[in-house]
Amino acid sequence: MIDVQNLTKYYADHIAIENLTFHVAKGEILGFLGPNGAGKSTTMRILTGFIPPSAGTAAIDGFDVMKNSLEARRRVGYLPETTPLYTDLTVRSYLRYMATLRGVPRKNLKSRVDDVMTKCRVEDVANTIIGKLSKGYRQRVGLAQALVHDPPVLILDEPTAGLDPRQNNETRRLIRSLAGDHTIILSSHILPEVSQTCQRVVIINEGRLVAEDTPEGLTNRLRSSDRLLVHVRGPVDEVAGLLGAMPNVLAVIPDQAEAGRFLVDTAPDSDPREEIAAEIVRRGWGLRELRPVGMSLEEIFLKLTTEEAPLEAAEAAA
Amino acid sequence: MTVFTIAGKELRSYFTSPLAYVVTAGFLVITGIFFALSVVLTNQASLRFALDNFRVIFLFITPLITMRLLAEEQATGTIELVLTSPVRDWEVVLGKFLGALGLLCVMLALTLYYPFLLFVYGKPDPGPIISGYLGLVLLGAGFIAIGLLTSALTKNQIVAAVLAFAILLVFWLAAPIGDVFQGTLRDILRYVSALDHYNDFSRGVIDTKDIVYYLSLAAAALFATVQVVGARRWI
Ligand SMILES: Nc1ncnc2c1ncn2[C@@H]1O[C@H](COP(=O)(O)OP(=O)(O)O)[C@@H](O)[C@H]1O
Ligand SMILES: [Mg+2]
Repeated sequence: MIDVQNLTKYYADHIAIENLTFHVAKGEILGFLGPNGAGKSTTMRILTGFIPPSAGTAAIDGFDVMKNSLEARRRVGYLPETTPLYTDLTVRSYLRYMATLRGVPRKNLKSRVDDVMTKCRVEDVANTIIGKLSKGYRQRVGLAQALVHDPPVLILDEPTAGLDPRQNNETRRLIRSLAGDHTIILSSHILPEVSQTCQRVVIINEGRLVAEDTPEGLTNRLRSSDRLLVHVRGPVDEVAGLLGAMPNVLAVIPDQAEAGRFLVDTAPDSDPREEIAAEIVRRGWGLRELRPVGMSLEEIFLKLTTEEAPLEAAEAAA
Repeated sequence: MTVFTIAGKELRSYFTSPLAYVVTAGFLVITGIFFALSVVLTNQASLRFALDNFRVIFLFITPLITMRLLAEEQATGTIELVLTSPVRDWEVVLGKFLGALGLLCVMLALTLYYPFLLFVYGKPDPGPIISGYLGLVLLGAGFIAIGLLTSALTKNQIVAAVLAFAILLVFWLAAPIGDVFQGTLRDILRYVSALDHYNDFSRGVIDTKDIVYYLSLAAAALFATVQVVGARRWI
């Protein structure tokens, strides 16, 4: 439904996204994850026809966003990051206006507007001026305008940013309920948000795609580039030196809180626990603890987006 | 179709904004004064003096009418919603233009009680009144198109208004500046002057070359606006 092929975008000589390729199947919710400045909004603006790519192509339902822009735009509902609204209009007149711009025939206007107001639970403020609404309501009105022409594709740029946890949950539930009928790309820089809502996640960092998987798959894949917790009673520097020199050990991170505790990253599927234990015992140090630690999704995310080299190693191994 | 949707929305937005009411009220007060003066000073059942001065008022009020048209949408980001809708750039530009022109026509319509009073109390020549109003609509169309162009160039409404006023001033002063020179330059500057082209309308003469002038002024500015709106997309 959404095809992104080698998409690249320069702002002057600054590269915002580079060679992005990914696809979204019909009815799927794709999480588009990356820290601030990763290029999420840029990608979404290209997909919605607001700005052109510098190179590469993007297509919505087979319609190229550049060559067949109007047809592509007809099929997209878009919620920009800032949730822009006409604050001088009432919710109802705003939605009517957006519906007309999106080509909803006059005879369907009322039913479409009523329908999305119910779906997004804004009927009770239908005749309120948008400028007087709370942040939570505005966000739902923003979603309503993206849905008003019943587009097959929804592009939502950080739809839960700035909401309190309860509003956040409601919005997520609403978005989940839209999957199936709509193909959705949802961006976020907050991992749990995406892992709870999306079936698949694309992670980008500094404009490049760094991982693409299901939320579970990401966890598994990174857990297999194992991390061990090692707690040794012995000369700290020597222990660190030994651990670092062991085969299959990628990194040794001393625990700041307790001397003698180390987090040891090991090559995927190598499991050098027995060798480590044997070496430590052979030197007569005390092995107090040695166990694999799974990384939380947050840690994966940090790893994916702050460290490039280990990730590439993980990718190569996967 | 979409053009009229956009025009209608702009026109309705004016009626919910205090600025439009203030501008309209100011316009009616000042035109009322000119009307009273023209009757008292000339002692004639003629609107010529009043309508001639409406032009000067247009110079000040059209930038106020047009400044928000695109600048505000660029500041709040709603432009992103409009330009990602299946709407062509020129439809957006033309819609906004017609919305603002609509407000100007409403304002002019509100002054129609001046000629009405003249017809009740005297026997004015309807020719110059009709052509005068037609000329004002055409002149207003040109001015609004220029204001729309400057509104496309910036997010800042004040900047848009000041820039529009500066450009209108150039069009306004082209004739007097032209008189300083001689020959072709003078003729060109005189032709460009938005002021001179109104003179025929003021006298009751509807000349195609004046109509063409104002329509091409509007068309050129609208064309430039479409390019500016499009250029943002291709940078
Ligand atoms: N209009 C612009 N002009 C210049 N640089 C931009 C513009 N928009 C975004 N950028 C830059 O492009 C990069 C990606 O930005 P963006 O797509 O907004 O990231 P995200 O949405 O993931 O936070 C950032 O480095 C940002 O500074
Ligand atoms: Mg962003």
